[in-house]
Amino acid sequence: MQQKVTEGRAGYFGRYGGRYVPETLIHALEELEEAYERYKADPEFVEELDGLARDFVGRPTPLMFAGRLTKKWGGANVWFKREDLAHTGAHKINNTLGQILLADRMGKERIIAETGAGQHGVATATVAALYGKKCVVYMGEEDTRRQRLNVVRMQLLGAEVVPVKSGSRTLKDAVNEAIRDWVANVEDTHYIIGSVVGPSPYPRIVRDFQAVIGREIELQARERFGGDPDAIVACVGAGSNAIGAFYPFIGRGNVKLIGVEAAGRGLASGEHGASLAEGKLGVLHGALSYVLQTEGGQIREAHSVSAGLDYPATGPEHAYLKDSGLAEYASATDEEALEAFQMCSRLEGIIPALETAHAIYHAEKVAKELGPGKNLVINLSGRGDKDVDEAARALGIER
Amino acid sequence: MSGSERLRAAFSGGRVALIPYLTAGFPTLDGARKVGEAYLEAGADVIEIGVPFSDPLADGPTIQDTTAKALENGADLDYCLQLASGFADRAPVVFLVYYNIIHARGVEKFLEESAGAGITGFVIPDLPVDEAAAFCELAAQKGVAVCPLAAPTSTDERLEAVGRAATGFVYCVSVAGVTGVREKLPPGAVSLLRRVRAKTPAPVALGFGIGTPEAAAEAAGEADGIIIGSKLMRLVSEEGPERAGEWLREVKRAISTEKAGAGH
Repeated sequence: MQQKVTEGRAGYFGRYGGRYVPETLIHALEELEEAYERYKADPEFVEELDGLARDFVGRPTPLMFAGRLTKKWGGANVWFKREDLAHTGAHKINNTLGQILLADRMGKERIIAETGAGQHGVATATVAALYGKKCVVYMGEEDTRRQRLNVVRMQLLGAEVVPVKSGSRTLKDAVNEAIRDWVANVEDTHYIIGSVVGPSPYPRIVRDFQAVIGREIELQARERFGGDPDAIVACVGAGSNAIGAFYPFIGRGNVKLIGVEAAGRGLASGEHGASLAEGKLGVLHGALSYVLQTEGGQIREAHSVSAGLDYPATGPEHAYLKDSGLAEYASATDEEALEAFQMCSRLEGIIPALETAHAIYHAEKVAKELGPGKNLVINLSGRGDKDVDEAARALGIER
Repeated sequence: MSGSERLRAAFSGGRVALIPYLTAGFPTLDGARKVGEAYLEAGADVIEIGVPFSDPLADGPTIQDTTAKALENGADLDYCLQLASGFADRAPVVFLVYYNIIHARGVEKFLEESAGAGITGFVIPDLPVDEAAAFCELAAQKGVAVCPLAAPTSTDERLEAVGRAATGFVYCVSVAGVTGVREKLPPGAVSLLRRVRAKTPAPVALGFGIGTPEAAAEAAGEADGIIIGSKLMRLVSEEGPERAGEWLREVKRAISTEKAGAGH
């Protein structure tokens, strides 16, 4: 029933999405779609996924009352959905776990992935190790330097990390390179894409695996405060944690859904990752959506202090939610995110990911608008250990 | 004669069409013109011009490099159209263009301007036939051709759809992979050509990885056209347009001999 809310013609969300990829890949996408349709409701598949989500990932993740933040802001009750406590430190594992089960059933022995900050790469290397698959992760050369720790984690997990030297040497180029690998090795390889982007059926599959976040929020909210939250706030790069938290609530009307993009050095500066706010309709990595691009259609580089929001497009379902008014989108700058990053660390004893800090910053406004007695859930999508170097540099902390 | 008809005519008379590729704006804005002239002198039957795009995900390192350089040189769509129009009266020109470039200009405007510049057809690597209906319809109105891709992984059902959409030629991708120089014709190439031919009356051209006159000759035994990109771009980059032209002449000889030898 939920699916009818956003899905139009096959593979599209309204007019967004589609399958803009080389002919060589179409067969693999059809195969993936078929496998997904076959297994998503298969009791054995569901049991295996739920069992690992519980024992390996540590689900359900808690819904925690953020008391000191609530008091400081003086508005709605603030709750954290603690995805930072999921294995490997972020929501990314929900998707990689689901996809490795699919890959295994499709008989694919080789796994490839792209990664920006390295969180998705680590989550992929983790599940590949668990299932005994060969794993290759493409990472922009620039990012392999910025995120050395995650490179080592992936290597420890048995993955090969390939530094990508083409283009801007960041996440979008890593995606290009992963797609090129997939085109050449499509027979024995499954591509675990890291967010709700890419050609159909990826945006839908990734969303469904991430929707466990929203389903848990729904149950936990009922238990803790006897109803739906009044608002859910999540950061949006390409958009997987947000869509996961939003999905069960889309179209309900009583829950405000708010995504927060990276405004980088400010929207006016042109150096940001806010493709919903500033992008134009276009095609990148197989889907029609909002894309940061020049007048002539060249893809622009995104900028954010958080590598996970440093992507020049947003998933097609978010584009649809924005257009239809089913969700709202705001943005926070690097500076604002760093402010929230420190505040959350000191006030709640949780160092959040810099990505998540964008959502926390904007949540203050939402909490004040809602007012006392209402309930606001922030999807705490990841922990900030990976960001301490970046934060130290940005904040001028002595090292 | 419409653009589509001009393009089709390049495949007529039992000749195997030689289709060299160049990246517009590489090695320089003016250098690309010299490359095209060298191709024409060497006997190119069709010229394929690549419109530079920042994220060419169907291309291997050689063409990626030329594209990046071309963008640095300032090769935008207007320049590409101008470059193409300089060759268009001497050989049919097709554009190799990623869909976002088309989308950014607006499909209709893009087609109008392309047709105006004398371009006869389009190869769009990231626009599979399922997404191409609107483009195909508008292209037909403007009398320009669509040249869809067929891959070794395409099912027979898909090859039928590809054949139906092909108002120009079918671009057969010789191997599951990206563009690049390969020494030998991949083993699956011939069987793909035969499968495609069984599904469509359109001319069938082979591309991706033809790197020697011998491989070209082998392909010419089966294909109606041969597309050569990475090898030529590498020659242009390392030894200049003249050398690329000379090499292309060798290929032309090899495929003509093949055709004569085969007794067609």
